[in-house]
Order: sequence, then structure tokens, then C-alpha cells
Amino acid sequence: MYSFEIGRPSTVADAVAALGKDEAQALGGGQTLIPTLKQRLASPETLVSLTGIAEMKGVCAEDGALSIGGGTNHATVAAEASAYPALAALAGGIGDPAVRNRGTIGGSLANNDPAACYPSAALASGATIVTNTREIAADDFFDGLFTTALEEGEIITSVRFPVPEAAAYMKFEQPASRFAMVGVFVAKYADGVRVAVTGGSEDGVFRWSAAEDALSANFSAEALDGVSVDADGMITDLHGSAAYRAHLIGVMTKRAVAAAQ
Amino acid sequence: MVEVTLKVNGKSVTKSVKGNTLMTEFLRDELRLTGTHVGCDTSQCGACVIHVNGEAVKGCTMFAAEADGAEVATIEGMASPDGTLSVIQQAFQDHHGLQCGFCTPGMVMSAAALLKDNPKPTEAEVRDYLEGNLCRCTGYHNIVKAIMAASGQDVSSIAAE
Ligand SMILES: Cc1cc2nc3c(=O)[nH]c(=O)nc-3n(C[C@H](O)[C@H](O)[C@H](O)COP(=O)(O)OP(=O)(O)OC[C@H]3O[C@@H](n4cnc5c(N)ncnc54)[C@H](O)[C@@H]3O)c2cc1C
Ligand code: FES
Ligand code: FES
Repeated sequence: MYSFEIGRPSTVADAVAALGKDEAQALGGGQTLIPTLKQRLASPETLVSLTGIAEMKGVCAEDGALSIGGGTNHATVAAEASAYPALAALAGGIGDPAVRNRGTIGGSLANNDPAACYPSAALASGATIVTNTREIAADDFFDGLFTTALEEGEIITSVRFPVPEAAAYMKFEQPASRFAMVGVFVAKYADGVRVAVTGGSEDGVFRWSAAEDALSANFSAEALDGVSVDADGMITDLHGSAAYRAHLIGVMTKRAVAAAQ
Repeated sequence: MVEVTLKVNGKSVTKSVKGNTLMTEFLRDELRLTGTHVGCDTSQCGACVIHVNGEAVKGCTMFAAEADGAEVATIEGMASPDGTLSVIQQAFQDHHGLQCGFCTPGMVMSAAALLKDNPKPTEAEVRDYLEGNLCRCTGYHNIVKAIMAASGQDVSSIAAE
């Protein structure tokens, strides 16, 4: 690792001020950033740790929505998001227990790894990403691989999920990393069904509108018979071809619908 | 450099650390507590698992500067000062839960975190909890068996002796 200083502010305001300096970067749980620093793929002069900021932690249910602090770790979401069971289950399936004790929802969404779990939940739920300066709809937040609408120095302070009538996340794990080979989050709301897919596309997480239309008309696995994803633009790597991933998306979506019944 | 004060296995420690000092480096190089092993240094193997404020974390994926004010427990704190092994450590010995022993500190620390939250886990829960702990020797059966035994459950049906 290159050398850098670490600051540990205790309020969002102090963190924002510290991030205003040249070459400063936020440090969430470090479960992605520390391996990146070890590979010398990032060279911040200052890391601003968000782990000491109490106002960014916690899970709170209100008015049919679940609000989760941006610095809340995966283990806490798994244990406390009982108002939104599919989201709690997703958090409990990320990595392993030690990763879940450090990694945070804010870090996962900010990182927008094309195979990460949380982006699919945020997109399928039509969640709102709340930062120190504004609110961003999930539909406007994810911007392709490892890219988001966040400005330099902007911090995700919380994420608000409208709680659906029914939902499920199905992840086909890449067995070595436990990230999603393909993960599908299906959420049924009064005004329609939303389906978001992670791990599949070369452009990162996306909504599968053909499946949304079919499921909004008839919320059953059979409704997806004959609905398929084009393999064009899907990821091909040593774990699976584009055609395999496209097929897997159909299978995992059906399983998610069946699990959500 | 930043000054940190923390408790390690119950003892208070104050030291100056660099921003990029990992917990594994702090424990092994500064405090000479070399029981916490570094197998991969890439967050994959779990040989470096320690407890920070009672929670299992990978010491290779946390900065020492972030442990300011924390209570840290390592494998060195598991046995009694007179050398009597903890229940989990003794179960690993009794059930051949280790061969080369490299993964064992992390395995024991993960097991201790599991049993604290879930005193009577099922075999499937034990295996699931050990997802982030790799062992290249045992094939896991006897590790699972040791942890089940340490939780006071009958292990006669779990893998052969
Ligand atoms: C072994 C292993 C297995 C894993 N398995 C999975 C898996 O199955 N599914 C999955 O989804 N993920 C998985 N992960 C990734 C894990 O979920 C990370 O915790 C997560 O991607 C990043 O969160 P973090 O809090 O650790 O962020 P960090 O690593 O600290 O930061 C990541 C990025 O986000 C920025 N950032 C952090 N917090 C904020 C914030 N609040 N606001 C704005 N920017 C911020 C940082 O500057 C950095 O650029 C795994 C990781 C490991 C090591
Ligand atoms: S050394 Fe930390 S996970 Fe392998
Ligand atoms: S006993 Fe050798 S790695 Fe586990």
C-alpha cells in the first residue's frame, strides 16, 4: 500500500469537510477498498473513515418504508431489517460473517460492483439514495460498472426502501468469491412488479423490463415462459459465457418469483 | 501517524500507528502476537480472524487506526493464563480439528463468535458460518465436529473419527 493518513470524524459534517481536501477518499467497511489499496489501484492521501459516525448507522421502519443508515453493516441489516425480509436475507447472504461485520450498504452501493448484491435490491425496490446534499432515485443512481451518480466527496448517509407486498432475491453464487454469477431481485408493489439483475450485464445492474411487464400482468413463474434475455451485452468470463448468464437470469427470476409467493 | 489506545486480550495498549497499518501487522509486528495468521492477505482465507468489540472480523482487512477505543480479542487470549485450553480449543484437539494448524487460530475465533450468538448451532449453520475460513488440510469434517462438540451436542453421527 502507498502511505496515507486516516481520519475518524464522528459527524457527517466533519466527514464532508475532511473529504473536501485534495486526494481524500471515504472509507466504509474497507472490504472492497482495502484490497484495492493493497493492489495500489487507489492512492488517496487521506482516508476519511465513516465507521465512527453514529448518525449513519441503524435500521428504522416508518410509513411503509425502511430506512438504513449508509454506514450500517451487512450483519446489522440481516438481523434488523425484519420489516423487509427479502432485503434482510440478501444482506445475510453477502460474503461471509467477518465480511458482513465490516462491509456497509453505503460502501456497496457507492462501489457499484457489477456482481454486488445490494444494487439489485435498491433498483428493484425503487429505493432512494440519500446523501449529504440530495436524494437520488435508484433509477438515476447506477451508471455502469463501478460508476454512480455520486459527486466527488459526496457521502451516502442513508438509503430508503419502500417495502413491497412480496419480494425475493435469488443469487447464483460464484462459488469462490460468493459474489453473484447472476442475482435477481424481484419486488411486487401495488402499482407493478420490478425486476433487477446483477452479475449479468457488461453495463452492471439493470432492470429487466420484459419480465416486469409479464409479472405485473400475472405474478407467477409461468408468466415468464417464453420471456428471455438477449445474450448480447452479457458478461463472458472464465466462470460462464454470455449465453449461460442470459439463461441463468431467466431461471433465477423464476425462482425469485416462486420464493416470493 | 496516529495514536491509538485499545484493549488487546484485556490489556490496555497505546501506540502510534501509520494510517496504512493493518490490524494483522499491528498485532504481529508491533505487539508480537503472532498467533493471528496471514494466509492470503486478500480477505479470502480467514486465518486472520480476530474479534473487535466481540465481532469476528478479518484482521488483514481493517486498519489499526480504526481500532482506537476498541476491545480486541486474539487467539492468544483464548486459553487461561495457566495454559488450560478453552472448551473450543480442547474440542479441536480431542476431535482432530487441525493438522498443520495454520488455519486454526481463525477457525477457533470464528467458532467462538458463532457460539456466542448461537450456542447450539446445527451442522449446516456451522458450515455456513465457516464460509470465510479456508482449511487446506482437514477437509473440514473434524473442524465442524469439534465445534459441534464444543457446543455440547452429540457428534457421533458427524463424519468418521
Ligand atoms: C470475501 C468477500 C466476499 C464478498 N462477497 C460479496 C457478495 O457476495 N455480495 C456483495 O454484494 N458484496 C460482497 N463483498 C463486498 C462487500 O459487500 C463490501 O463490503 C462492499 O462492496 C463495500 O462496502 P464497504 O463498506 O466495505 O466499502 P469500502 O470498501 O470501504 O468502500 C468501497 C467504496 O465506496 C466508497 N464509500 C464507502 N462508504 C461510502 C459512503 N457511505 N458514501 C459514499 N461512498 C462510500 C469508498 O470510498 C470506496 O470507493 C465481498 C467482499 C469480500 C472481501
Ligand atoms: S489473511 Fe486475512 S483473510 Fe486471509
Ligand atoms: S489444519 Fe492446515 S490449513 Fe487447516
